[in-house]
Amino acid sequence: MTTAAQAYPRRKWTDRIVRSLCVLGTLIALVPLASVLYYVLVRGIGGINLDFFTELPKPVGESGGGMGNALLGTLKLVGLAGLFGIPPGVLAGVYLAEFGNTRFGYAVRFAADVMSGVPSITVGIFVYSLVVVTTKQFSALAGGIALAILMLPMVTRTTEELLKLVPESLREAALGLGVPKWRATLRVMLRTAAPGIAVGVMLSVARVAGETAPLLFTAFNNRFWSTGLNEPTASLPVNIYTNAVSPYEDWHRQAWAAALVLLITVLILNITARFLVRSRVGAR
Amino acid sequence: MTIQSGSLVRPRSKLRLALGREANFGDLAFRRLTALFAASVIVLLVWMAIQMGIASKLSLAHFGLGFITASDWDPVRDHYGALPFIYGTVVSSLLALCIAVPISLGIAIYLSELAHPRLRTPMGFLVELLAAVPSVVYGLWGIFALAPWLRETVEPLLAKTLGFLPLFQGPHQGFGMLAGGIILAIMITPTISSVSREVLRAVPQTLREGATGLGATRWEVVRVAVLPYAKSGLVGAVILGLGRALGETMAITMVIGNRSEIAISLFAPSYTMASVIANEFTEATGELYLAALAEIGLLLFGVTVALNVIARLLVWRVGRLPEGGRL
Repeated sequence: MTTAAQAYPRRKWTDRIVRSLCVLGTLIALVPLASVLYYVLVRGIGGINLDFFTELPKPVGESGGGMGNALLGTLKLVGLAGLFGIPPGVLAGVYLAEFGNTRFGYAVRFAADVMSGVPSITVGIFVYSLVVVTTKQFSALAGGIALAILMLPMVTRTTEELLKLVPESLREAALGLGVPKWRATLRVMLRTAAPGIAVGVMLSVARVAGETAPLLFTAFNNRFWSTGLNEPTASLPVNIYTNAVSPYEDWHRQAWAAALVLLITVLILNITARFLVRSRVGAR
Repeated sequence: MTIQSGSLVRPRSKLRLALGREANFGDLAFRRLTALFAASVIVLLVWMAIQMGIASKLSLAHFGLGFITASDWDPVRDHYGALPFIYGTVVSSLLALCIAVPISLGIAIYLSELAHPRLRTPMGFLVELLAAVPSVVYGLWGIFALAPWLRETVEPLLAKTLGFLPLFQGPHQGFGMLAGGIILAIMITPTISSVSREVLRAVPQTLREGATGLGATRWEVVRVAVLPYAKSGLVGAVILGLGRALGETMAITMVIGNRSEIAISLFAPSYTMASVIANEFTEATGELYLAALAEIGLLLFGVTVALNVIARLLVWRVGRLPEGGRL
């Protein structure tokens, strides 16, 4: 008996060629990832020391110094973004999951999807003309708001997706005990979905922690420690950018070290999220 | 349940009527509160459009449509035309699509149709890690790794083999359109491939089984059964990638060379809309200058929103097609 492959060699070969092209494409895509990781690790590792985490940047010509202010600034900005972005995002996600089968619900879902495709630099312009122009200064507050706007659609959609995974029987059990609907949603549905939502939020934090463009003209930059929320604030991504395009060897070294810190943070957040999701799915 | 005023049932209190379909005050308040935050997503999107329109009003009124056809960008004479930036953005994004689309579709087909089930998750995760690397880190890598490599190796090679084309002529600088296109391609590959994977996953299994049953090879199953069904969604995925490429800022600003000239050669430096905003916004003195930059932002915003609307509609459609339905 002859199989199709034996009877039609041309079809067999087309199949093999296309399949290997697909594998090749996947491998090609991973080359830049490997290269980026390699370069950042090799060039960044030398710049990592205690000073990097605690000192201010040194002026041109003096070696040493660190990015303590940028590190603190990034933490501050991401914290503000979480404060402004997570609660509204979660509540909007709750609405979509619980009452979202209306025309309004679809419109919100659609707007969230569209908003996640808006270039982050235009969010920067928006916040600049709204906050920076009004308060007449670059500030951590403005930067935090810009990052929060980027987080909002991500948090909204993840919350919705994860709430929809919670079995409906849990809600019915709560309602059957006479719990009002809103408490059933908050205490039973949301609590069950909470670990998953936390993972989604973690991923969105990882995304905005590396954002540079919206911070350029909202949080701006600062060579010194910034106190409070109403001052220009340094951040790791913006410092990587300014150092990278500067002509100074020492600054480049700092940029690679900052990139290493940022990349490791982002990768840890992503990989942790991955494993948390998998262990939850596996447990189900 | 609706309450009619003429019924025998004792009329409900005013509060009860106001509650409508909700059973108690808590439920009503909860629904309204969450609806408010849901609405904020739409409000923000519209607000952004309006606010950027206001910010660019001066430039809109001053230059009108000439803004997008004029090619001189001269802060000293206070005259602004965005054509070189539009050209740089469009060409670098198209170049990125040329590189990224075949690779991304290959990834999507491999991961959803061909790969061993045990390989799918880790490979998919690695591809998605490409999207997790911050833009500015790609830019740093672009400056110190990609651009030198292009200057020393790739550009001389291209000039030697394809040098008769005007695309590959001129001095080898590393920084330029080619570097910009490549770095954008790297950054949009995960977007296109992960949306494409989702689209392919939405293709009904029965279609694959039918084609396999007729004796098709693995690739033939993909070609005759899967791709026709997924076509519009895949187009949507590509458009989403295009939207990302147009708006990408940091990485491309760091490698494209930032010179506002329109040059045919891919080796020549160029400038994109997002880059000019990033570079000049904080230093812009004068209201017209700032408004012109804001108008570039508005253009970018409008185009990416339009592309995203089209793409999302195309992707949503695949999930709701009738089984076996042809497009």
